[in-house]
Amino acid sequence: MTVETGGATMVAPNDCELIQLLTPEGERVDHPKYSLSDVDIKGLYRDMVLVRRVDTEAISLQRQGELGIWASLLGQEAAQIGSGRALSPKDMAFPSYREHGVAWCRGLDPVRLLELFRGVNNGGWSPEAYKFHLYTIVIGDQTLHATGYAMGIKQDGAEDEAVIVYFGDGATSQGDVSEAFSWASVFHAPVVFFCQNNQYAISAPQERQSPIPLYQRSRGFGFPGVRVDGNDVLACYEVTRQALRAAREGQGPTLIEAYTYRMGAHTTTDDPTRYRLASELETWRLRDPIERVRAYLARTGQANSAFFDEVEAEATELAAHVREACRALPDPPPLTVFDHVYTGANAVLDAERAQYAAYLNSFEPAGLGQLEGEVAR
Amino acid sequence: MTKLTLSRALNEGMRRALEADPKVMIMGEDVGRLGGVFRVTDRLQKDFGEHRVVDTPLAESGIIGTAIGLALRGYRPVCEIQFDGFVYPATDQIVSQLAKMHYRSRGLVTLPVVIRIPFGGGIGAVEHHSESPEVIFAHTAGLRVVACADAADAFSMIQLAIACDDPVIFFEPKRRYWDKGEVDVSAPLDSALPLDKARIVVPGNDVTVLSYGPLVRTCAEAALAAAEEGRSIEVIDLRSLSPLDMETITASVSRTGRCVVAHEAPVFAGLGAEIAARVTEQCFYHLEAPVLRVGGFATPYPVARLEENYLPDLDRILDAVDRAFAF
Repeated sequence: MTVETGGATMVAPNDCELIQLLTPEGERVDHPKYSLSDVDIKGLYRDMVLVRRVDTEAISLQRQGELGIWASLLGQEAAQIGSGRALSPKDMAFPSYREHGVAWCRGLDPVRLLELFRGVNNGGWSPEAYKFHLYTIVIGDQTLHATGYAMGIKQDGAEDEAVIVYFGDGATSQGDVSEAFSWASVFHAPVVFFCQNNQYAISAPQERQSPIPLYQRSRGFGFPGVRVDGNDVLACYEVTRQALRAAREGQGPTLIEAYTYRMGAHTTTDDPTRYRLASELETWRLRDPIERVRAYLARTGQANSAFFDEVEAEATELAAHVREACRALPDPPPLTVFDHVYTGANAVLDAERAQYAAYLNSFEPAGLGQLEGEVAR
Repeated sequence: MTKLTLSRALNEGMRRALEADPKVMIMGEDVGRLGGVFRVTDRLQKDFGEHRVVDTPLAESGIIGTAIGLALRGYRPVCEIQFDGFVYPATDQIVSQLAKMHYRSRGLVTLPVVIRIPFGGGIGAVEHHSESPEVIFAHTAGLRVVACADAADAFSMIQLAIACDDPVIFFEPKRRYWDKGEVDVSAPLDSALPLDKARIVVPGNDVTVLSYGPLVRTCAEAALAAAEEGRSIEVIDLRSLSPLDMETITASVSRTGRCVVAHEAPVFAGLGAEIAARVTEQCFYHLEAPVLRVGGFATPYPVARLEENYLPDLDRILDAVDRAFAF
């Protein structure tokens, strides 16, 4: 079926093959190419519940003034946990700024993410130590970094490593993403382009980015693209696992479009009621990424209520940790504003640091001036 | 000592770097088989292979973006932007990513990337091939910005830039590529003048003329002409545009009492403005005249048949010197 949209012919999503291994109702379905490998489904469930709880807690912390802003992952847990758990320890991940679930899979304490949104640093973890690069805010820039890194892997002759890079539907309009597709394809770089199509770039629907399904974009660049049910953690896991394996085996890049939905606002400053209908959200609620796994686990007897209660309790504990650790984060000392601009001395910067330090030291100790003022009066 | 053109000196410098460190890579448009449109990378691909001297797709943002990724992987990419006016598509990657990664990672990530940019006019080129965008990068914290002016310095500066752990924007004076100079190719790198130091090219007593890149030679010629009239000009090649070597600058201006800054870039909000402000603040009681600037006009770079009007030449530099003595 094709529909006319403002003169452009658009292929309706129904025409696209959507890879799915677990239906929204929690039914396991088979796929001829993607047969599910051995995976801890209960573990995936636990991951998704925990990161959703962290997300909920972070939104509360923003509302309470503890964070400046927060970008919610609500609704995208399956895309992130499924792909994140498909990574091998040596694989490198390049996130945008919403990949809290992938960060979790890489072993990063969620508090480290909150540091960025609180404004105490820009994400001060070691990308190499966690194999998880810093968040990238400028849309699409990281796709080129990932591609260059993958070129380096190839140059090193490291056959057991690959790269995954995360970006959204909006990013596909950025020139850098097209350049990354070109580079990766031309140099046969071991990189997986993982596009979470959450339907909106802030307010702009995906139709504003592309008249054709996003996964088909790769075709013109000469590498395969697939669309996976982004709310199906099993499909996301398996499709990503196979794409990463192909990359490691020298088959070059793959584009994965994880078809999902941003159930929350773009960030805590956004108001999605201005650009989408409540009924749309209700439709996607029925495809919730966590509920379908819970239904599957319960119905097949793989998990009982004790397990679900246990995960719930763990989530509550994690939320408490996040809340307390966030509130305890100290502001960085003033002079650290000058730190790490350069790797060594820099005459201009060093002079500014010295001047500002002298300025700060020129004040009387806190409270003293006020006290003297009182006495004089 | 060997007599080399400036472009050949850069080539020899890069060859040294490629030999010394297997992580050094050259990448850019036409840098491999062709050896670059100015032949600065001539024969390097032949000698070091396609994996170390990489002909990239034609996209400047892609060059810098992938260079960042390669640097994250431990490589030391040396990127060529073919012409000054083609760097703008890469500005986002340079300003938002390359310059800030060390800072935002609180020192955990270093990006030793060099971006070579042939800059300036005087070659009768079409639009976008004669610009001087250095101040955009000097204004961006996290970058080191340098410009070489002659063959000997180019040879050591490119090696120092590649060895530097900070990102370096390396400006090459394209109309001086064919200028020859004596180069000591056997000199050890640690005896070279550090990357962030200015150097006195022509010593003098009456006025300090500061410049960099293509105009250093013009200023030296102006000093020679002025000497015939009994006026002693001290010419300083800034070399480093960020950071500025204020120590060398203020020491000279404190002696001479007069200062002129010359560059091809527009005077308005150019590097000369920053230097004038700093010299005024730091040498106030030594100054006999305001710091004067001579440079490009507040216009886009003009057509080739007008560029002689736009580019500061010997006469315009001496005119500025005369004005400095008129106060």
